[in-house]
Amino acid sequence: MTPLLEVRGLWKEFGGLTAVRGVDFVVEPGQIKAMIGPNGAGKTTILNVIGGALPPSRGSVLFEGVALPRERPHAVAARGVARTFQLVRLFGEMTVLDNVLVGCHRRGRSGWGACALRTRGMREEERRLRERAETVLVVVGLEERAALPAAALAYGEQRLVEIGRALAMEPKLLLLDEPGAGLDPEEHRRLARLVRTIRDGGTTVLLVDHHMEFVLELSDEVLVLSYGEKLAEGPPRAVRADAKVIAAYLGEEAA
Amino acid sequence: MSVSARRRFRMLVAVAIAMAALSSAVTSRYVLSTLIFIALNAMAALGLSLVMGFAGQVSLGQAAFYAVGAYVSGVLTASFGWNGWAALVLAVGAGALLALAIGLPIFRLSGLLLAMATLGFGIIVYYVLVNWSGITGGPSGLTGIPPLALGRFRFDTDQRMLWLAWSLLLLLLGLAGNLVDSRVGRALRAVHGSEVAAEAAGIDTLRLKLGVFTAAGATTALAGSLYAHYLTFINPSPFGFAYSVELVVMVVLGGVASIWGTVLGAAAVVLFVEALRTGLPLLTASHGAPEYEIVAFGLILMGFVVFLPGGLASLRKTP
Repeated sequence: MTPLLEVRGLWKEFGGLTAVRGVDFVVEPGQIKAMIGPNGAGKTTILNVIGGALPPSRGSVLFEGVALPRERPHAVAARGVARTFQLVRLFGEMTVLDNVLVGCHRRGRSGWGACALRTRGMREEERRLRERAETVLVVVGLEERAALPAAALAYGEQRLVEIGRALAMEPKLLLLDEPGAGLDPEEHRRLARLVRTIRDGGTTVLLVDHHMEFVLELSDEVLVLSYGEKLAEGPPRAVRADAKVIAAYLGEEAA
Repeated sequence: MSVSARRRFRMLVAVAIAMAALSSAVTSRYVLSTLIFIALNAMAALGLSLVMGFAGQVSLGQAAFYAVGAYVSGVLTASFGWNGWAALVLAVGAGALLALAIGLPIFRLSGLLLAMATLGFGIIVYYVLVNWSGITGGPSGLTGIPPLALGRFRFDTDQRMLWLAWSLLLLLLGLAGNLVDSRVGRALRAVHGSEVAAEAAGIDTLRLKLGVFTAAGATTALAGSLYAHYLTFINPSPFGFAYSVELVVMVVLGGVASIWGTVLGAAAVVLFVEALRTGLPLLTASHGAPEYEIVAFGLILMGFVVFLPGGLASLRKTP
């Protein structure tokens, strides 16, 4: 079976700084894969390259066996890759429902003319998209917040809106960039349940985090990065026992 | 109809009734022509409001699109005997095409580039109008532009022109209102909120911004075309940089990205310019109104940016 995502020999340099040094890995369909590593390990950089926000210096990213477009995030999204951001990026003045509806953008096809004229087709499509967005809101548990401006929500809920927006795209691969950052333990548990629900719904998940316990408990496979290089890769249990990982993490874990 | 669509429709009907009442009750040519100019200016500023609000860019040469509309219509009808409506369609198309040609390279980059490019475009168009006298009539302008007509019914009185201009304006406001409250409008608002997130959600932001700028070129050209047919005479002077600034002031005054705000902004600017034109000579005994105008607009612009960034429209925002 071809992997869903294949990252080959990826290098990323920013001026004199090398953030990613020849990283290879694959994500198999239907799994939750996590990238962990201390700050500056290159996790977010890798996500940004996959998502088309940054061009790689060297190497390639294949999705379903075909290279992903470079530097055109919307074209990457069109292939079925959705993402969230390390620092939540919502459309703050728009309602929660509208934020999720933006995620449905590619599910609709009404253009400028149809929208300006409110044609029957446009209104029917709008109703369909709205139903879909409402379903997504139930999945992330925000149906009661639908009419509120996104900026008015608590931080943890804003993260859920962002995940909802990504889910509304019905992606094959969902990239979550530090979804647990800034969440309290209860919110963390809720997030873990949600990520499993997403995986069980058929969406593959690649997430980045540095919360070791959360990641080891949640994921099917873990990739450990350190200073832009792959340190270890495998099932959580094997990674936890890996001598190099223990050595690299001991300081952090003790702290 | 959704609740918001119904509310927008009611607003349009209310304004249409008010204008109908005004046009039959008021006989003062001065008042009527002021109302017509408010409509034309609102039309010209509407697209710019969307460009500034949603594409996050300022056009400092929007007057050039107004000029293109006016001159394409004026030249085709007065010099070549074209039907007014055919010329109007071509004028609108020319406005859209020029916007597309300027926007295509510009939106790939960003920042202040659109402002600079349109500023240059505005200056070039102005000099073409002044110097290509064989076609444009040069500084002395173009006369004998026929009024628009539907069969034998000619829009040749202020009353009739008021009807035409406000009907078209209300139509455009209706279309723009629908647009903002739709799939395309959500995408526009998303770009306004966070371009990075909009891209990640699968929105081709470059194409969308180009679309807004092109639509703005078209609506501004439409206003210019109506202007030419209303005055039946055009020369380059009203299409200079000062008018581009006026349009930006209208948008900021009314509230960026606010559809109805453009009407408020246009009304405020038109009335203010009139007041300045009549009031200033009494105060300074000079006729240097345009220079004072720019100074006054500069101050107003600063005042609004500091004290009322949401524009006039934000004053009556319902929760």
